[in-house]
Amino acid sequence: MSKDTNRAAATGNTVGTVGSVSAGWDHLGKRGDGPERNLLEVRNLKVSYGGIEAVRDISFDVPEHEIVTLIGANGAGKSSTLRSIVALEKPAGGSILFEGKELTGMGTEQIVKNGITLVPEGRRVFVNLSVYENLRMGAYLRNDDLQSDLDWVYSLFPRLKERSWQAAGTLSGGEQQMLAIARALMSRPKMIMMDEPSLGLAPIIVQEVFDIIREINRMGMTILLVEQNANMALKAADMGYVMETGRITLSGAGQDLAENPVVREAYLGKART
Amino acid sequence: MAVRYPEQSGAGSLHNKYLTNIRTIPGKYPDFKGLLMDFLSKNLPYFLAGVSVGGQYALIAIGYTMVYGILRLINFAHGDIFMVAGLVTIYASTVMPLYLSIPLTILVTVILGMMIERVAYKPLRNSPRMSVMISAIGVSYLLQNLALYITGGLAQVYPTIPFISNTVTIGSATTKVVTILTPILMIVLVVLLIQLINHTKIGMAMRSVSTDFETSRLMGINVNRVISMTFIIGSFLAAVGSILYFTNYPSVIPTSGGMPGLKAFVAAVFGGIGSIPGAVIGAMLIGIVENLIKGAGWTTFSDAFTFVLLIVVLLFKPTGLFGEAATDKV
Ligand SMILES: Nc1ncnc2c1ncn2[C@@H]1O[C@H](COP(=O)(O)OP(=O)(O)OP(=O)(O)O)[C@@H](O)[C@H]1O
Ligand SMILES: [Mg+2]
Repeated sequence: MSKDTNRAAATGNTVGTVGSVSAGWDHLGKRGDGPERNLLEVRNLKVSYGGIEAVRDISFDVPEHEIVTLIGANGAGKSSTLRSIVALEKPAGGSILFEGKELTGMGTEQIVKNGITLVPEGRRVFVNLSVYENLRMGAYLRNDDLQSDLDWVYSLFPRLKERSWQAAGTLSGGEQQMLAIARALMSRPKMIMMDEPSLGLAPIIVQEVFDIIREINRMGMTILLVEQNANMALKAADMGYVMETGRITLSGAGQDLAENPVVREAYLGKART
Repeated sequence: MAVRYPEQSGAGSLHNKYLTNIRTIPGKYPDFKGLLMDFLSKNLPYFLAGVSVGGQYALIAIGYTMVYGILRLINFAHGDIFMVAGLVTIYASTVMPLYLSIPLTILVTVILGMMIERVAYKPLRNSPRMSVMISAIGVSYLLQNLALYITGGLAQVYPTIPFISNTVTIGSATTKVVTILTPILMIVLVVLLIQLINHTKIGMAMRSVSTDFETSRLMGINVNRVISMTFIIGSFLAAVGSILYFTNYPSVIPTSGGMPGLKAFVAAVFGGIGSIPGAVIGAMLIGIVENLIKGAGWTTFSDAFTFVLLIVVLLFKPTGLFGEAATDKV
């Protein structure tokens, strides 16, 4: 049910002119091509910093071609979860399977090579590199022709094209977020993880970011989205998980969670009705 | 007391000597053109020496500035790597011809620089920067003491490298070929390096690693390899610099890396540490001024100039000529 609402939302948006240049993205396959499999399976993941247990034994799945969101308050352990998936933090326990392959123990470069990319919290664009160079860095591991993908991300984010030679540090916050997403796309990932892409952005830009997220997903991209903006995230997601102090306390279809009274009170700022 | 009677001090008498040298067109203003020509012809040899030494400092300074740019680390061992390069040339030249010992020197120096990073800095990647700095100081002493042990404390005679030791005459100055070769070679290498940094994939990786390790990793960059590359380049340039530098000296001792290393470091700070053009300009300035001071007969003060410069820069513009605003990151 939620999948259908998503499709409707995605086709209804107004972002870019994607269809024509998207041919090269067939490697991802599309929703409903075959039986959905879990691209990512996290089992009993634990992350701790010194004595602090930031992530305490969580398990969740990310099915291929879907949007899965992880929501929760500040300090719940969302970023720690994403960072440990790409080995920026070393898990204290548990297993992370991507396409059935164990990721724990691999280095970040190797994990990225396997097709996962993270749009980090706070954008982290390379401020002293131009927009174009940032995109090239995103494709660092690729040796093939980048032109069609460059054309594609520029069509997704026309504002980046106009600023192609500008130093990324001079972009506005919203533009930097677009660049961070575009840079991640340039690696041709199978799954893209985003850590609070709406952080610090004006409502209209937030809307734009979510439109892009849906658009990318419509093209077959699997997305693991961490958000404070639970309302938007749950609306966009097929599946949602709620994290509290290192644990997953609730999970369900995005739409169902959005209607869940506990979630509404705690994360959507709405009183129980 | 001396302050009240400047005419009695050494500096004062020199000053007076200078004043009497000023030629004037009778009854009119000083003959500026004549003065300039005088100054130039008198100082040309010193100026040339300055350009040359400046070029040698620049080759060392780039190593400091690049490592700092990426690791925010002052590689105190860099001057000693330069000294070791000198010793390697000496020892290698006793058993093989120069056309083999020079490439070997470069190779050994590059490997040494890379090994130092691997062994002494890489294990401390997540430690406070102070720890890495102390490790660098340790490596510096280690290299000096190893050199002391191997040389037995005796000055080792530097071989005469044929072509670059030949003399040439330029205007009023007679000098060695190396004096002319150094700035040319330095500029060629710097241009190549800047091309590498600005227009190649590894160069782009170096620039991104210098701003953000983690995000660079997320791009699939092997950060350790990029850091190794930085040490390779720095050591390569120091090795080239050592050949050009020690050719002008009779011998190498374990502390031979100290002064040139320190001056190159000041040059890097002056230029804005992290900036390659800054390091080159700083090095040229120090090289030229220090030799002009020697030309003026104040040889004793020529080294002091460098350190006065360091103090002035640190007091008034700590970020140096082209330094970015102090970002205390990484
Ligand atoms: N590098 C670190 N060292 C020590 N503690 C850390 C570190 N990073 C995170 N933590 C702690 O781990 C816990 C979870 O942090 P995390 O960043 O994963 O939360 P989050 O859910 O992403 O929060 P936010 O929504 O504010 O970004 C917090 O208590 C935090 O203080
Ligand atoms: Mg976070």
